[in-house]
This record gives sequence, C-alpha cells and structure tokens, in this order.
Amino acid sequence: MKTFSLALAGLFLAATAPWATAQKLNACGATFPDPIYKTWFGEFGKAHAGMQINYEANGSGGGVKGVTDGTVDFGASDMPMTDQELAAVKSGKILHFPTVMGAVVPIYNLAGVTQDLKFSGPVLADIFLGSIAKWSDKRIAAENPGVKFPNEDIVVIHRTDGSGTTFVWTDFLSKVSPDWKSKVGAAKSVSWPKGLGGAQSAGVTGLVKQTPNSIGYVELLYALQNKIGYGSVKNSAGTFVKADVASVTEAAAGAAKNMPDDFRVSITNAAGKNAYPISTFTWLLIPSKFSDPAKAKQVKELLHWVLADGQKECAALSYAPLPKAVVTKEEKQIDAIQ
Amino acid sequence: MNRLALRRRLVNSVMLSLTGVCTAVTISVLFVILGCLIYNGAHSLNWNFFTKLPLPPGQEGGGLANAIVGSIEIVGMAGLIGIPIGFLAGVYLAEYEDKRFAALVRYVADLLNGVPSIVVGILAWTLVVLPMRTQSGLAGSIALSVMLIPIVTRQTEQFLREVPLALREAALALGASKWKMIATVAVPAGSKGILTGMILGMARIAGESAPLLFTALNNQYWGGLREPTASLPVMIYKLAIAPYEDWNRQAWAAGLVLITLVLMANIAARLILARGVSVPRG
Amino acid sequence: MATATAAVKAVKAPSPTGDIVARWVVLVFAASLLAIAVLLVYELFIGSAPAREKLGLWGFLFSSKWNPVTEDFGALPFVYGTVVTSVVALLISVPFGLGAAIFLSELAPAGVSNALTFVIELLAAIPSVIYGLLAIFTLVPLMRLYIEPFLKHTLGFLPLFQGPAYGVGFLTAGLVLAIMTVPFIISVSRESLLAVPRDQREAALALGATKWETTWQIVVPYAKLGILGSVFLGLARALGETMAVTMVIGNDPSVHASLLAPGYSIAAVIANEFSEASGKLHPAALVELGLVLFGLTMAINGFARLMIAATTSKGSRRP
Repeated sequence: MKTFSLALAGLFLAATAPWATAQKLNACGATFPDPIYKTWFGEFGKAHAGMQINYEANGSGGGVKGVTDGTVDFGASDMPMTDQELAAVKSGKILHFPTVMGAVVPIYNLAGVTQDLKFSGPVLADIFLGSIAKWSDKRIAAENPGVKFPNEDIVVIHRTDGSGTTFVWTDFLSKVSPDWKSKVGAAKSVSWPKGLGGAQSAGVTGLVKQTPNSIGYVELLYALQNKIGYGSVKNSAGTFVKADVASVTEAAAGAAKNMPDDFRVSITNAAGKNAYPISTFTWLLIPSKFSDPAKAKQVKELLHWVLADGQKECAALSYAPLPKAVVTKEEKQIDAIQ
Repeated sequence: MNRLALRRRLVNSVMLSLTGVCTAVTISVLFVILGCLIYNGAHSLNWNFFTKLPLPPGQEGGGLANAIVGSIEIVGMAGLIGIPIGFLAGVYLAEYEDKRFAALVRYVADLLNGVPSIVVGILAWTLVVLPMRTQSGLAGSIALSVMLIPIVTRQTEQFLREVPLALREAALALGASKWKMIATVAVPAGSKGILTGMILGMARIAGESAPLLFTALNNQYWGGLREPTASLPVMIYKLAIAPYEDWNRQAWAAGLVLITLVLMANIAARLILARGVSVPRG
Repeated sequence: MATATAAVKAVKAPSPTGDIVARWVVLVFAASLLAIAVLLVYELFIGSAPAREKLGLWGFLFSSKWNPVTEDFGALPFVYGTVVTSVVALLISVPFGLGAAIFLSELAPAGVSNALTFVIELLAAIPSVIYGLLAIFTLVPLMRLYIEPFLKHTLGFLPLFQGPAYGVGFLTAGLVLAIMTVPFIISVSRESLLAVPRDQREAALALGATKWETTWQIVVPYAKLGILGSVFLGLARALGETMAVTMVIGNDPSVHASLLAPGYSIAAVIANEFSEASGKLHPAALVELGLVLFGLTMAINGFARLMIAATTSKGSRRP
C-alpha cells in the first residue's frame, strides 16, 4: 500500500513538472513595497512570457531569513542587512539593490477629526512610549491648534512580525528622541512598550481601520489606498511635511550623492527644507551566486527592467523613483551576479 | 413542608429550564456562524472567485482559484501519505495483541492527536522545508499527514474492534489465514466506520491553517507540491486581517466554501455510519 | 459467502508466510507512529537547544522580556496569555457545556438527544480560522461597543475589568475559545452521564428527590471523573489553538491584570514570528516555547484520558 502511495506521489510530482519548466522565481520579504513589486512582477511576467515571479510579502524579516536559509531565490527588505546577518548567510554574498524610495506615515483613526494632523518626532516617540496616553494631551494639541480631540486613550498599533517598516519608524524615533533610543532602540523587531500588534502592513492598516482612536505606521500607499488619514511629520529643518513623491526624493538627495558601494544607507531625518523625515530606500536582496545559471539570467533581466521600465511606474503608486546616480551605480553591480 | 416542597419544585423547574437554555444557545451558535457566512459571503461566490487568480491590492475582480486547487493538492497528498499509514497502524492495534507494544502505540497515537497544530508546523519546517530549501506544498502535506495519521489509526482500530468475534472465528475456522481473514472479513465488516474515520480526518486537516503558514506559505500563481502553494485556510487568514474591503469580501466567500466542504464531509460521514452515536441509557 | 467456500476448497493449510509478512507490514506502520512522535520530541529539543543553554528552563519560564534586539527572551507573557484565555474559556464553557449535557442526557428523548448532539459536534468540526474570521468582524465590534463598556461600567472596580475597551484582548479570545471547547465538553460529559446506571436515578427518585436533585446530587457526582476528563480535554484543545486566538488577542507580549487588555499566547507568537525569526537565539526561543506548549498539552491530555478511561472501565465509585 505504501509503494502504491509512493507511486502516486511520484505521479503527482511528475504531473507538476510541466509547470516547473516555465521559469519561476520565488521571493519573499518586505510588505512596504509589496504593491509595486506585485505590479512590477506581473508586468514583467507578461512582457517575458512564461516568467512567474511569486512574491510573498511576509515582512522584511522573512526576506532576510529566506535568503539566509536559501529557501527563496531572492528577498526584499526595507532595512539593509546588518554585518551580523550577512555573515550568517551560508551560501555566500548577498548584494543589495535599492529599487524605490517610499515614506512611512503615521496613520490614525479619529472620528470627527477631518483636518490633517501634525506630529513632531518627540511627540510620536512619546505616544508610542506611552508617556502621552490620551488624544487630548496638551502636547498634541499644541502642534494642532484648532483641532478638537476626543478625551480618549490612544490605541497604539504596531507590527508583530520582523518588519523593515518598523526599522525605519524606530530608526527615526531613535534619532529624534533619546528616550526612545535608550528604552527601545531601532530594529525590525523591538520590544514595544505598549500597543496592539498586527501582522504585516496589511494587518496594521486593518487594525487601525477597525479600531477607533488608534494610531499606527505604514507605507504611504496603504494609507492612500484605504483612505485612512495620515499626518504630516516635522523634519530636521522644522517644517511639517506631508509625505509625497517630491518630499521623499528630497530626503534621498544627500544619499544619492554619497551612496556607499554596498548601497546600505539610512535616509531618515534627512536634511532638506521639505524633506520627508521618515523616508527610506527599499532593497532587493540578491545572492551573488546562483546555482542555476538560468535563474541568474532571469534575475539580471529583472533587475535591468526594474531599473529602467520599472522606475517609470513608481509615481503612480506614490513611490519615488531612484535618483539617476544610484541607478547608474546599480547597473554596474548587476554584473557581479553569477 | 409545603414551602420546602414548593421551593424544591421551583428550583427543579428553573434549573432544568436553564439546561435547556444552555443547549439552545449552543445550537444557535452553529446557525449564527452559518448565517453570518452565508449573509456576508454568498454574494461573492461568482465565477471569478472560482476561476481567477488573486490580483494585487486595489484591483478588483480577483479570485481564489489557486487557493482552492492548492488546498485540494495539499490535502490530497496528505491523504495519500496519511491514510495508508493510519489504516495499517489501526489494523495492527486491533488485530495483533502485542500487549505492551500495542499499548505504547495506542498511547502515542493519542499523544499525537493532541499535538498543537503549530508545533507540527515547526516539525515539517525542520524536516522538509530546510532540506528542500524551499517552502512547498509537500511540506504542508507532510505536516497535515502527521495530524491525520493518529485520527485514522484510532478510528480504524475502534471500528475493527467492533466487528464481532464470531465473524472472525468463522473465517479462521474455514481455513483462512489471519491476514486473509482481516482483509476479506474484518475490514469489509468494519468498512463503514473506517471510511467514516478517514473522511472525518480529511475534513479536519482541510481546515487547518497553522501548519501551513510557514510550510506551504503562499503563492499568487498556481503552486504545486514542490513550491510554495496557496491554500484556502491560509488565504482566509490573510484576507481577513487585511484592510481592503475587496479582500475581506473574498475572505467571507472562502470561509463559506470551506465550511460547506467541512460540514458536508462531516454529515456524509455520519450518514454512512448508519448506527447512531448514542449510548443506551441506564 | 464466496470467500468462505473458496477457503473450504483449499486442500492444504494456508502457508504461514503470508501471515508473517502481513504482521511485519502492519507492525512497521504502527511503529511509524512511534517514529513520528520520537522525531517530533527530538526536533523540538534540538531546535530549542541554543535557547535552553543560554536562558535555562526556569529563567525562560519566568522572564517577561521579549526583546529580539537584545536577544532577551522570556516565556512568561505567552504562558500567562495561554493560561488566562484558556481559564476564561473554561469558566464560560463548562457551565454551558455541563448544562447542555445534562439536558441532552436526562431530559431530551433519545432521538432528539442524538440529533442535537450531532449538530453540536458539527461545531467542533469548524476550522479555527473561520472562528477567527467571524470573531474579527462580528464579535470584536460587539465587545468594543457594548460588552466591554458594560463590564467596565458594572464591574470596573475590579482590576480585571479596567483599562480601555479595545475589543480585542484576553476576554475576547477567551470567549472565542469557549465556543470552540464547548462541543467537546458536551459530547464527553453527555456520554459519561448516560453511562450512569439507571438504578442510581431510580433509587433517588423513589426516595422523593426531584429530577434536578437527582441529577445534580447523584448522577453528576457519579459521572464526575468523565466530566472532569472532558474539561481537561477542552483545556488541552484551547491551549493549542492558534489562528482564532491570534486574530483576536491583540498580540501584545505583556502581562496585564485586566481581561480587557491585549495579550499573546504561545501558539500565536510562534505563528507570527517563526517565519522571520533569524539569528540563533530567536528561532530557538520560539521552538522552546513550542516545547513548553507541547509538554503542557501532553500532560493535560494524558490526565484527561486517564479520567475518561476510569469512568468507562466501570471502576465502581464508592458512594
């Protein structure tokens, strides 16, 4: 009976073989760029018949783990891999390829508040630390004159999974609040002082949408697509900036000029009069060596496409295209893939 | 005396009515669940839902065809692995009395029955995903089969034991060897119950989501046993917690499909088992 | 019977090799269950080794930190959440379950009783993720808008019912678990109650007891072990529940006194963090949590089976 079932199993596997020859790549990682990656990979697949790129957005932590364990062909993350993480990769080197830039915005659910809210970094840090517990707190009111806040507890919402978005958010908070830096720090997964947890960006957005008097943080597009209110944030120059393509591009201007060779850089709290302070690059994590040369070829084609045609589609989804200097530098790195 | 008697009668009526209330409430929960699923999900069960692949967030009109097929593949494979193993192990427990070894196997079967499904997922991750260097439908199937085997084993054993001794002895007296007796007399006699056990086991694993979360993962396209595969229970989870109303709508529809399948399998199993589940009173 | 007559026609005795082969085949498959269990325990031990070495077992169980940055992990918030939600679940499901079981065994006629029990057992077959789906969209708003404010208003002096009404949290998760465990309690308790000998009831009734008094003071205590077994069975099920819990518990790894506060459970944190836990210690800590959960459910399941076996083996209970 067991041999029979094994034979059937073999038939099953054989039956899926025809699909195996259609080139497939498996990737996983950040939810931050998920909307544009899904759009890109779909279009790339249509333009290159037979190519299917399956992208599972399970968080930047998932992307890093995937390339470390070798369970995916490439990964994606909004936080560059640390030296420690890079050293843990058994199969060799991982190359970072920035693909777009985007913004992490504070989203909130406040019935009756129709105006756009303004937040400064320290206020955000204190809300997430718990030192500012109610919406009616004077410090929030001070930055938002004329807005009537309910006297309700603030429901903080954060990520449960290892998230690059979390890293960008906590990186910014660490830079503007020494209190946050010492108590919590910046990473993909932190020990949150308070709040409810949602899985992936979709989960956080969903929770904020369903929970009155809540505040969370997600990539800009999630807020726009779900018509959730998001606030403007005070940047290092003192301006309250609402996230958009222009302000994110300005945030990356400095990094574009001085991009390190491995492309690992943080652009939170960047200088610039109208720079959005919680901006970030997001990277594809590509192994430098592929055991299957056909896969290496496809990945290279994909990267060329992303850096050329892909960039034209960013703005429609409110992501900022890469600065030209960065694109040129990346094109050279593609040759390093074998 | 009268006041005491009255009080006792009052207590009697009240408490007994309360038990009826408890029953009514419990029964009504099932209908509330079904009602919610039908109310929220029925209108989303259209052609698109069953035949299209999922679309990126914000685009309407996608479906869950890959999740339905993926579930069928994963559960089917789990059945192919788990049912033979469970069945034969059940035959062993019922027909061969090795005293201590059989008791050990029985104990272990009950043990495995109670393992939390997420822990089974960890096992499949370590045993299948890491060596294969990819998430896959097969890893999900193996996780589910670990949950299926003890169910099938115990059910097979239970219903084989209920086959009357006289029937077996008649076959043996007529000269049949033991294995022939089992194969041609005992198993067919107990087949109703054994089949029931298999159907119930399959229905149980078809609804499991936790073991598939990081073994089969997910896929926007058609998956397969060698690659990440979408499945109905995992998709329900992801669609339910998402903010997009289109996705939530699909979650309801998927939930309706899943519960229909599971309930139909359960009802069919009980109907096959012509004898009821009652224990005679007294 | 064709097979019987065919066997009669056989002239020589059947050779024993068929039997020997058959015996070994089924033995191997039965042994495979042992192999699976051993493999499971082995992998849990190996996988959690880095965490067990660094954090130790007791330190791990009683530390309430969960900090992937400093690699400081403790199981307390998850054990607390798992236990609290399960206890809340039992506090709700045992009265309801026992009440329904009494109705089904003592009051309802056999046909009705069987039919209703069948319907209730269907509840046990509903997948966890569907309970979660329903809970998110129907139960959570209900809790947030009506039930939790009501509890705060009436019982808010107790630390159990303080804090903001999120809608998600220990209480909601406990409620969902209650619905999921009640079919088990009803099913097994009913069988235990039905197994009580008829003369016990008739003796009490003959002495003038009301039906309720008979049930509550004679029948239920007689079936006590089986009922207790059903409670432990339900408990074991509740401890391991993953999807429904993570969708409504709030996913906050802290210990809060209030039932209205968000929390976390062992199964939920594994489900949320395992696929992206990297480094050496984080995944190992999660596997160690899995080991703890496994041990807990095994112990309780074992207890449950012992008690249920004690009643069905008709070990007589001294009145």
